[in-house]
Amino acid sequence: MMSYALDKPKTAQRQGPLAALARLLYRRPTLYLVLLLTPPLLWFGAVYLGSLLTLLAQSFFTFDDFTMNVTPEWTLANYRALFDLANLDVVLRTLSMAVSVSLASAVIAFPIAYYMVRYARGWQKGFFYIAVMLPMWASYIVKAYSWTVILAKGGILYWVFGALGLKPLLTALLALPMVGGNSLSTSNLGRFLVFTYIWLPFMILPIQAALERVPVSLTQASADLGATPAQTFRHVILPLAFPGVVAGSIFTFSLTLGDYIIPQLIGPSGLFIGTMVYTLQGSIGNIPMAAAFTAVPVVIIAVYLSIAKRLGAFDAL
Amino acid sequence: MQGTDLFRQPAALATLVALAAGTVQAAPPTQLGKPEGQLNIVAWPGYIERGASDKKYDWVTQFEKSSGCQVNVKTAATSDEMVSLMNSSNYDLVTASGDASLRLIYGKKVQEINPALIPSWNTLDKRLQNGSWFTVGGKHYGVPYQWGANFLAYNTKAFKTPPTSWSVVFEPTQLGNGQSNKGKIQAYDGAIYIADAAMYLMAKQPSLGIKDPYELNEAQYAAVLKLLRQQKQLTHRYWHDVTVQMNDFKNEGIVATSAWGYTINTLQGEKFPVEGTIPKEGSTGWADTTMLHAEAKHPVCAYKWMEWSLNKNLQSSLAEWFGSNPVVPAACNTKAPGGSNFCQSNGFDRFDKIYFWKTPTGKCKTQGSCVPYSRWTADYIAIMGGR
Repeated sequence: MMSYALDKPKTAQRQGPLAALARLLYRRPTLYLVLLLTPPLLWFGAVYLGSLLTLLAQSFFTFDDFTMNVTPEWTLANYRALFDLANLDVVLRTLSMAVSVSLASAVIAFPIAYYMVRYARGWQKGFFYIAVMLPMWASYIVKAYSWTVILAKGGILYWVFGALGLKPLLTALLALPMVGGNSLSTSNLGRFLVFTYIWLPFMILPIQAALERVPVSLTQASADLGATPAQTFRHVILPLAFPGVVAGSIFTFSLTLGDYIIPQLIGPSGLFIGTMVYTLQGSIGNIPMAAAFTAVPVVIIAVYLSIAKRLGAFDAL
Repeated sequence: MQGTDLFRQPAALATLVALAAGTVQAAPPTQLGKPEGQLNIVAWPGYIERGASDKKYDWVTQFEKSSGCQVNVKTAATSDEMVSLMNSSNYDLVTASGDASLRLIYGKKVQEINPALIPSWNTLDKRLQNGSWFTVGGKHYGVPYQWGANFLAYNTKAFKTPPTSWSVVFEPTQLGNGQSNKGKIQAYDGAIYIADAAMYLMAKQPSLGIKDPYELNEAQYAAVLKLLRQQKQLTHRYWHDVTVQMNDFKNEGIVATSAWGYTINTLQGEKFPVEGTIPKEGSTGWADTTMLHAEAKHPVCAYKWMEWSLNKNLQSSLAEWFGSNPVVPAACNTKAPGGSNFCQSNGFDRFDKIYFWKTPTGKCKTQGSCVPYSRWTADYIAIMGGR
């Protein structure tokens, strides 16, 4: 036994450059850490933060109306222009859509996620996972275009309303201010439906992850202590799963805020932040103003994330 | 003859071109050297066909054989994309529409060309030779390629007699079937559409004194915006995407809108009752120009292509393929692969009624100062948003 124990280090002492390197890294953990972290930090610093800062710097540049050239002369004019009424409209329009889409997604996603966690067993669970994920595998553009057909006056939704004799209801809905419009496909209601459909999976999955972590024993204990199901939901399940809802809303909120395809295809003609940036960058080459507009969602999301952090959303991701 | 020697040396040429771009634009070449063997073009989809979509429509293969220049095409979907692609010096030529060409010229992205080096220059349609969308200060910044009109498309079931005025999309109107046009018309969602409204007012309110719909002073501009705000109340939506627009014709009950020949052709192909017309006020339109990059790496091949692009066989095939008009009148009498009378159907004879897209700039010809395009965009965005 003794000789065995003494022999072991000898066999373990390997030779060669690799082994030497391994020993060096073992003896100097700081070096090891530096080597490990440098590539991702470079990526994050140069590619990610670097381009973001370049973008922000551009937002202070001057755009010349006549030559349509950008000159690196510092100005605050772009940020001042953000507060023009027409530009404020764009921001508020996008923001209100993002908020309503997030709220609606949460309301629809919660029961689905709850069923997936508590009731679906075996193959059902797999089925639900695939059913939720499947739309994400299909091209986003195709889905958005198909909605233009679904929502059209000659489309299936109008047909369903007609077949059920509910046309007057639809007309009344479309007559509402803000929500309505000429037809479903040119109304905010239609755009809202498409947004909610497209981003819903991003809400279901975090809620489902959060619900998985709520022990069944807690709900049983709650019932044992005489709580009604509604009380259990309000005081036990919802608070514990709420970080998941907030986490999901980070996705639905920021994705809606930045989208520029759906607003082009469906809904009324007012621009969204995304389409505004696209227009400014593209058709007039006013990159400084486009950059200033890009700063808006950055600020909004920063505020949103700090609120989400307080609500514990990052523990549920 | 110093120029000759320089242009025989690609390296020297590159230096010269780089110098030209860096400082003042040098004069265009007076003689061409040996082709560089390659040519990179930014073009609209369907503009530079090598028979890949349909064997009968091929105007690249033969060029490659005769010139020794290998053609690479990068397609761009919008004028904006074209401008941004031309920010890099990887491309030699671009088929720019009028709303991009002046931007490219003033942005010094393209260089002046020497028409003397393009023998077919003289066969060009005289109406296009000095087009203001590519000729600045008497200098030519490219060779015309094709042109077309923005038609007034209308549903023939809703209009018993064809509409003769753009008023059906600008003013509250009673349609043939007794209904109002409210919610049944569309307008284009690009700021360049302001020119359509200006063109309408040019005929309707001569007292405004609009001479060119792309050159508006403050008073004229205000009147045009007022008209567009009135139109906003009537629009179903502002169209952006051709596919969505066709769908709106079929499923949303759109009866009148501005539209491209392509849209009308496609809908008619599907037997949908739609017609296109150029009303009495005229039409806005697009005229595309093949322009040479300021730092083109293959200028000789580029010149060879510009010459080639004007041959009547190419022009007639392209016009039929794309639904546009040739820039060489002789092409109208040249049989295209499909055998259609494309000059007739695409509006070749109605040239005088067309106001071609050009980028509005602050400094303008017909009056002291004009409202620049950046304001057009800002205001049109506000109008579309209902402000």
